Amino acid sequence: MPPESILIEASQLSLSYGALKVLDQVSLKVRKQAIVTVVGPNGAGKTTLLKVLLGLIEPDAGHVTRSPLLRIGYVPQKLEIPTTLPLTVKRFLQLAYDRSTVAASSNVIEAALDQVGAPKVLDTPLQGLSGGELQRVLLARALLRQPELLVLDEPVRGVDLTGQADLYDLIAQLRDQLGLGVLLVSHDLHLVMQATDEVLCLNGHVCCHGHPEAVSRHPEFVALFGPRIAETMALYPHHHDHTHR
Amino acid sequence: MIIDDFLIRSCAAALAVALVAGPLGCFVVWRKMAYFGDALAHASLLGLALGFILKIDLMAGVVAGGLVFALLLFVLERQKRLEADTLLGILAHGSLALGLIALALAPALKLDLQGLLFGDVLSVSLADVLWAWGGALGVLAGLALLWRPLLSITAHEELARVDGLQVQRTRFFFLMLMALTVAVAMKVVGVLLITALLVIPPAAARPFARSPEAMALLASLIGTMSVLLGLFASLSIDLPAGPAIVAASVLLFVLSLGVRRS
Repeated sequence: MPPESILIEASQLSLSYGALKVLDQVSLKVRKQAIVTVVGPNGAGKTTLLKVLLGLIEPDAGHVTRSPLLRIGYVPQKLEIPTTLPLTVKRFLQLAYDRSTVAASSNVIEAALDQVGAPKVLDTPLQGLSGGELQRVLLARALLRQPELLVLDEPVRGVDLTGQADLYDLIAQLRDQLGLGVLLVSHDLHLVMQATDEVLCLNGHVCCHGHPEAVSRHPEFVALFGPRIAETMALYPHHHDHTHR
Repeated sequence: MIIDDFLIRSCAAALAVALVAGPLGCFVVWRKMAYFGDALAHASLLGLALGFILKIDLMAGVVAGGLVFALLLFVLERQKRLEADTLLGILAHGSLALGLIALALAPALKLDLQGLLFGDVLSVSLADVLWAWGGALGVLAGLALLWRPLLSITAHEELARVDGLQVQRTRFFFLMLMALTVAVAMKVVGVLLITALLVIPPAAARPFARSPEAMALLASLIGTMSVLLGLFASLSIDLPAGPAIVAASVLLFVLSLGVRRS
């Protein structure tokens, strides 16, 4: 049994597709109120890792332990709603499945959309949303489940630069307000590093993990992302810290 | 009076099919399963042939053929060696070929192959009508129960799974409903045209619908109009009934494109 504050824990996860080793003994913990970010190049197994944690894919070896009755809010990488399916945002959010309740009421849905900063899209068809609006709607859907753990796969995909910063701020805010644990996957390092408590650098295996600053100095991280990016990362936490100047 | 009776029976059977094909066909369109509908219909023909050879009730053979096919596909989809699409092609045409062979080999066969392939709604018996309505109402009831979870996995299957929904079970029941629908529709439009009734009315309904339920209702309505138009054309200018019904639905689809533009 994991200690009280750990929401989800993966130990020694391995998974291969044929000869291709996607995950190699990956371990990971997410605690209450902590933001853990998984970074890594394309094809590093980031999305696969999330899907194993969510129970969508069975690993070849290793196991995932969840705190009992853990409620997860999931924001997938992309939402491909069939164009033939007429579905408004409101109706989509009502479909968020919950054993204990019927469809969420309009008030609850409007409140959730307000919370994520997308209050005007209630009656918009899903296919008519912009990238940023869609991400916010997905986040609202995750929040409607009253989660203890938010799992986000590339949450700022298709969002413009200012929107990206806003979304990460929003995620950090939600963590503070609701006391959520957050696990997110990203490859845009800049924005992620400032908002996260812990970074896990993945490239099939775990290259390194820990505090963002420590990770950014780690030789494997530098090797993976190149010295230039690693340097900017290392400097980043000092950006607002004038005593270092 | 004889003419009236056969007309009423044909209409009744065809309307039952149109009614159930609307909402079920919407899911076929949303879930991109048109090809699956075709394959299922082919398998049902094999079921019918086997039913004939084994001397069991033909409709029971059709239903059993569809159910076994749906089950087989459900199990085989879990393997990763072949794409679902390829697998479907093998099963569909394999069972069509086997069905045709079985029908050819069956001794003293008095089955009307043309009727099986293209429908023979003008010759339905009272028992056929009862079959059609019983089946249609059964499928509609099942679909009503399955509606919300099915819609949920259609919108996004992984989200539904993370939410804790029983995705496999939902998909399985949906396949069963499809198998039943094909059995119900076979006599009316025939094996080769069943998918048309599942796909065309929802496609015609799509531009006018703001919600899934509206689209389902409208599809039923358009299906009903197709049936009435097709049967009317069949009687007045002596067209084959099944193809006439499908042609009418295509006409309505084309009209829907025009209406949407104006």
